[in-house]
Amino acid sequence: MLSLDQIKLRIEQAVPGARVELVPNGALADQASLWLDAAHAVECARFLRETPDLSFDYASNVTGVDWPDTTVKTKVKKVVEGQETDVEESVVKPGFLEAVYHLYSMTRKHGPLVIRLRTANRTDSVRLPSFTPVWRGAEFQEREIFDLFGIVFDGHPDLRRLLMWDGFQDHPMRKDYVEPDDYEYEPTPHDEVLEKAQSRAAKEANA
Amino acid sequence: MSLTSTGAANPFGALSANGTESVQRFSRSPKPDPGDLGGELLEVSMGPHHPSTHGVFRMDVVLDGETVVKLKPVFGYLHRNHEKIAENTSYLGSMPYTDRLDYLCSMTNNWAYALSVEKLAGLQVPERAQYIRVITAELTRLLNHTCLIGFLLQDMGALGTPMMYAFREREKILDLFESLSGARMMCNYMRFGGCRCELPKHWLEQARQVVEDFPHFLDEFEALLTGNEILLARSQGVGVLPKDLAINASITGPMLRAAGVGYDIRKVDNYGIYERFEFRVPIGAHGDVFDRYMVRVLEMRESLGILRKALTDIPEGPIMDPKSKLRGFKPKAGEAYGRIEGPKGELGFYLISDGSANPFRYRVRPPSLINLTVLEDMCLGHNVADVVIILGSVDIVLGEVDR
Repeated sequence: MLSLDQIKLRIEQAVPGARVELVPNGALADQASLWLDAAHAVECARFLRETPDLSFDYASNVTGVDWPDTTVKTKVKKVVEGQETDVEESVVKPGFLEAVYHLYSMTRKHGPLVIRLRTANRTDSVRLPSFTPVWRGAEFQEREIFDLFGIVFDGHPDLRRLLMWDGFQDHPMRKDYVEPDDYEYEPTPHDEVLEKAQSRAAKEANA
Repeated sequence: MSLTSTGAANPFGALSANGTESVQRFSRSPKPDPGDLGGELLEVSMGPHHPSTHGVFRMDVVLDGETVVKLKPVFGYLHRNHEKIAENTSYLGSMPYTDRLDYLCSMTNNWAYALSVEKLAGLQVPERAQYIRVITAELTRLLNHTCLIGFLLQDMGALGTPMMYAFREREKILDLFESLSGARMMCNYMRFGGCRCELPKHWLEQARQVVEDFPHFLDEFEALLTGNEILLARSQGVGVLPKDLAINASITGPMLRAAGVGYDIRKVDNYGIYERFEFRVPIGAHGDVFDRYMVRVLEMRESLGILRKALTDIPEGPIMDPKSKLRGFKPKAGEAYGRIEGPKGELGFYLISDGSANPFRYRVRPPSLINLTVLEDMCLGHNVADVVIILGSVDIVLGEVDR
């Protein structure tokens, strides 16, 4: 298999305007990944599948990752009232949702090539292009990501919840997901459910 | 119609891309066209509580007469968010839980998870443990395939007999697992960097005995089934999966190889010590239910070869990497995807570590779920009774489909 730098170069040559970035991997050097920009992702995917010497015809593992907002605290020296003191400044780095694709080639028997797509944020801009028209193997796995992470895939032929039921509201695999007090929706909570509801109400009142 | 029984011998002869030609092909007469009777389409919900769905699984089927015109699988009845539970516990804490994914094949599930963590943490597995892993994984393949064939025949209407024969053999392998790990099905045997405990005394002799006896059972099984007119009539030409669709839809395992693609991760990745074993990868020619049955039978015969060699070659030595820590295990930040050739297909684990004791992201790539992608394509135009067989030949376990 070509090295990631070479593949990156090939994509940039073949798909004009595509932005590709190398994402290093701290644990396994040979499983570093390529981040594709969403606007050109489908074109890049078709290129990866159809170019004979790459021929990544097999999308093995497709999954989502939730990267929550992080607060980075840095100590900055500032002059306050004529004296130099350390002041903590906290910067909020916005989080995002990520779709990760592990691609292999069944004809050339190489891989994996790890592809990542990222949404702009975790709240209102969570759309990504679907790879299901390129690799049908992504069909159920993208539905699962939609279900559990809440990424909306444009161009997916049948985007419905996969594991949770249709009326379910939240996305359980997100890091800030809070379990409901009761899945059965009892009209009058009692016992464990009541305890849960009370402790949650107390927490919310404190915050 | 007379069919010559192919008997106990391997009907493929030398395995080749068109090896299945040597078994007599059974042709179905085309369905008579009923003409336009002006009937309406009928929507039937097969499952979730139906013996042929192998668990709690539902198919919304739309029928024209008795012909399937649309089929949508419905999942989630056994969903317990295994991935979220694993993200809230330590790395080792989810090892017993992997047993419950595909509850027939706990050893291979253990191996796939251990392999991914070993990649993530850079652990080396000692020689003896590698051999033990190969032996337990191939035994698991034997028991999975025998059970599957038993269930498949049950779905075809051979009530009891083949399945009881299969379960009799499975029990012998489960006895081995029990004496090795303390549990028949939920083995929880492998650890990051090795295996949990040393083989009991005389275990190898017992395992050799099981492996030695197994071909007799397989011959008997094949004499009963391969060439059986009912099996041929029900399975040949049913649920055909074209090769390019199989690749594009990420189908793996015996289903992919029955469709004619020679892709076996044991050969491609050479994980563990599989490069030391010589074995052939059986390939089907038609991609129908019969080929899926035949590929599994032949895979078992190849597994027996691997087992015989592994059981003689296994060296003495340690079974754990001394660098591996059971407590306070914190791999450095990064990610890893490890995969093995499970009995049902590519079983992979994708882990992201942020340097803490719990995985930041834990993902199972379930072969059973992804192999169901083409269920509708295979079933269209067939009868309801064929849907049951086609689903049976996919080989699903709902613990893994719904996770």
